[in-house]
Amino acid sequence: MSENNNNMTQAMHRRDFLKHSAVAGAVAAAFSLGLPLHALAQDATPKPGGVLRLGLAGGSTTDSRDPGSWVDTFTFVGFSAVYNTLTEIAVDGSAIPELAERFESTPDARVWTFHLRPGVTFHNGKSLSAEDVVVSINHHLSKDSTSAAKTVLGDVASVSAQGNDAVVFELHSGNADFAYVVADYHLVIMPAKDGAADWKAGVGTSGYRLKSFEPGVRMDLERNPDYWKPGRAHFASAELLAIADGAARVNALVTGQVDVINKVDLKTVALLKRNANLVIEETKGAQHYTFPMLCDSNEFKNNDIRMAMKHAINRETLLASVLYGYGLVGNDHPIQPGSRFINAALEQRTYDPDKSRFYLRKAGVESLKVRLQASDAAYTGAVDASVLFKEQARQAGIDIDVVREPADGFFSNVWMKQPFTTSFWYSSLTADRMFSIGYAKGAAWNETHWDNPRFNQLLTAARGEMNAPLRQEMYNEMQALCRDDGGAIVPLFASSVAARSNRVAHGAQTAPYGELDGLRLIERWWQA
Amino acid sequence: MNSLFKLVLQRLALGLLSLFAVSVIIFLAVGMLPGDIAQAMLGQSATPETVAAFRAQLGLDLPPLTRFAHWLLRLLHGDLGASLANQRPIAELIGARLGNTLSLAALAALVSVPTALVLGMLAALYRNSWFDRLLNTSALSAVSFPEFFVAYLLILVFSVKLGWFPSLSNLAPDASFGTILERSVLPVATLSLVVIAQMMRMTRASLINLLASPYIEMARLKGIRQSRIIWRHALPNALAPIVNVVALNLAYLVVGVVVVEVVFVYPGLGQLLVDSVSKRDIPVVQACSLIFAATYILLNTGADVLSIASNPRLMHPKG
Repeated sequence: MSENNNNMTQAMHRRDFLKHSAVAGAVAAAFSLGLPLHALAQDATPKPGGVLRLGLAGGSTTDSRDPGSWVDTFTFVGFSAVYNTLTEIAVDGSAIPELAERFESTPDARVWTFHLRPGVTFHNGKSLSAEDVVVSINHHLSKDSTSAAKTVLGDVASVSAQGNDAVVFELHSGNADFAYVVADYHLVIMPAKDGAADWKAGVGTSGYRLKSFEPGVRMDLERNPDYWKPGRAHFASAELLAIADGAARVNALVTGQVDVINKVDLKTVALLKRNANLVIEETKGAQHYTFPMLCDSNEFKNNDIRMAMKHAINRETLLASVLYGYGLVGNDHPIQPGSRFINAALEQRTYDPDKSRFYLRKAGVESLKVRLQASDAAYTGAVDASVLFKEQARQAGIDIDVVREPADGFFSNVWMKQPFTTSFWYSSLTADRMFSIGYAKGAAWNETHWDNPRFNQLLTAARGEMNAPLRQEMYNEMQALCRDDGGAIVPLFASSVAARSNRVAHGAQTAPYGELDGLRLIERWWQA
Repeated sequence: MNSLFKLVLQRLALGLLSLFAVSVIIFLAVGMLPGDIAQAMLGQSATPETVAAFRAQLGLDLPPLTRFAHWLLRLLHGDLGASLANQRPIAELIGARLGNTLSLAALAALVSVPTALVLGMLAALYRNSWFDRLLNTSALSAVSFPEFFVAYLLILVFSVKLGWFPSLSNLAPDASFGTILERSVLPVATLSLVVIAQMMRMTRASLINLLASPYIEMARLKGIRQSRIIWRHALPNALAPIVNVVALNLAYLVVGVVVVEVVFVYPGLGQLLVDSVSKRDIPVVQACSLIFAATYILLNTGADVLSIASNPRLMHPKG
């Protein structure tokens, strides 16, 4: 049995946190200094050839080749092997050049220029030009776009070609993290055809050609012999199978029909660990769970009530019973421990019924009765977590009435409409993106309708701030504001848990976000 | 014979009417589910703008009656339309999966129907013996377990422990016939275990009924061989109830196997229907439902025709 996680530590407890983040910092430093990492590497020389077989949750018969429609793991992982983006997120979590050979911005971070890598060709032989990039971005940006990534590009005023090998993005306001924005897995570069992005062809620039794609069933990929990126794409081919049933995924891995599976049922992880041929892959902090309280609702418009709620939840118990320990406790803000933007000095909030009663009295009420509309649409175990919360809050004199809502249509009919619900987020690499999409005034997914003027002012200022320490100070204050005034209870950061057979191997460190090595295992891993 | 032909035509015409009713009900039912395809596809990442753009592109902003009329008109021209979710032609989407579903059902029927009939006859012949009791107990146990449980048991024994058969029935596009057979063993076994009991019990019950009747007694007294009594005298008269049960089970094998599809990751129509309902992809839901409804109608019509043909009193009514 063995277990990997991207922080290269075993189960991490809150009290160990500072120590571990120091280790992670040292590793990141080693990477950036180009120091040898032999001590950390488990298998340093990738072996070419072989077939990678993946059994993935998150595929549906309604999937499509259109990048604007990609909403789950199967398409994310499969098409990440077919297409490249302008930048790539390296295993240390930084944005590095991919199809853009280099990039720079004006000092106010408002205009960004990406210089394309010369000599890159699509699988159909067409060479990459600035026009391809422009139409690919406009595919999501245009007025009648239905893309799930439209909000990601909310900052972008225009994108234009500068000659044949550079692309210029003009933003509405400065964004120091824009190189991270264009690394989004939706923003793949497709060839231009008649002035539009040709997504139907499935032709990209990356390490694998799309041989066949049957939505909800399978995808077959074969290695692109002309791949421009050195040291990547080791497997000769890859097969992705959509396996919706958790038990079927585990069976397929145990019986050797696939090499890697994702979303391992946390109840069975302990059993899988007994198998000497399998390795559990844990990505810490990959997503976080929230209980959003609408700050403009009668129930929660008083911050003292929100504070009472935040002190009435026992995070350690939830971590142990809902996540079987595969996660970290949250501190009522959305920045994951281990992110370089984390405010490490911010005190961890704990379960404190007395403090909760104190806040209730301050708000002028003796006891509180609220309705929590919960659904497993948010995450597996959301209803269980809600019921546990109800029991814990009872100690503080808060009566939570848990109402189970159908998963079907939960996000369109209940979430952000009812005062108190359950929700989840994929954690972001940058504090700016997380705050901008989920916490800024007027943001499409500001799930708590929170409107804190100081926070909003800091958000805009930090976005265009190129001075890193100054920027970190702003982010520190914003995390404190979320924690002490925001509408979201953030009790847990959940790991994404995958499992691989020891027939396949990967580098010493895997990406600290998303799942399956930052969705890029097909081009990064190799046969053992 | 003429009256039989008329009956078949009549049934088929009624069947068409039922299909129309089914399509209306499905259209209304999917419309009553919360949310539409734009919201379902975009999920948590929906924004009002993208949802509106989505609806406009798919023509979902038209009134429901207009949309239904458009769909019906296209259908009458033999065009099932395209999936709202990924723009693929529905005929293409369904084609391969319908083939998979039908071949799985056919294999399961090939195994289960003869087994059930033979076991039913043996049980009737040796009724109340230990053999009969063993058969009944095991068949009833198999059918009492939920099918996913049977499937998991088979996987545990035959793929995890013994390693004889794969736990996935997922097929590569260029799979050989041998591979297809190998991969179908466990799902076929699961389905057979689930459907055999009812057919076997019905065969046993109707044979036992008949074997007690005076004309069988007469045949026995004449000294006719046991096997001839069963095949020649008893079975033809027991056919009507058996055929009806067989038809019901065959229909189940086509339309009711989504759980087995999920456990064995077998790409059949059931999974397509479930995915399409959850995404509110109405044209695909309609097409699948029509296929399922047509299966029921055809199989039931077939069963009725067979039971009439096997019964001289119904074939030649005195009028």
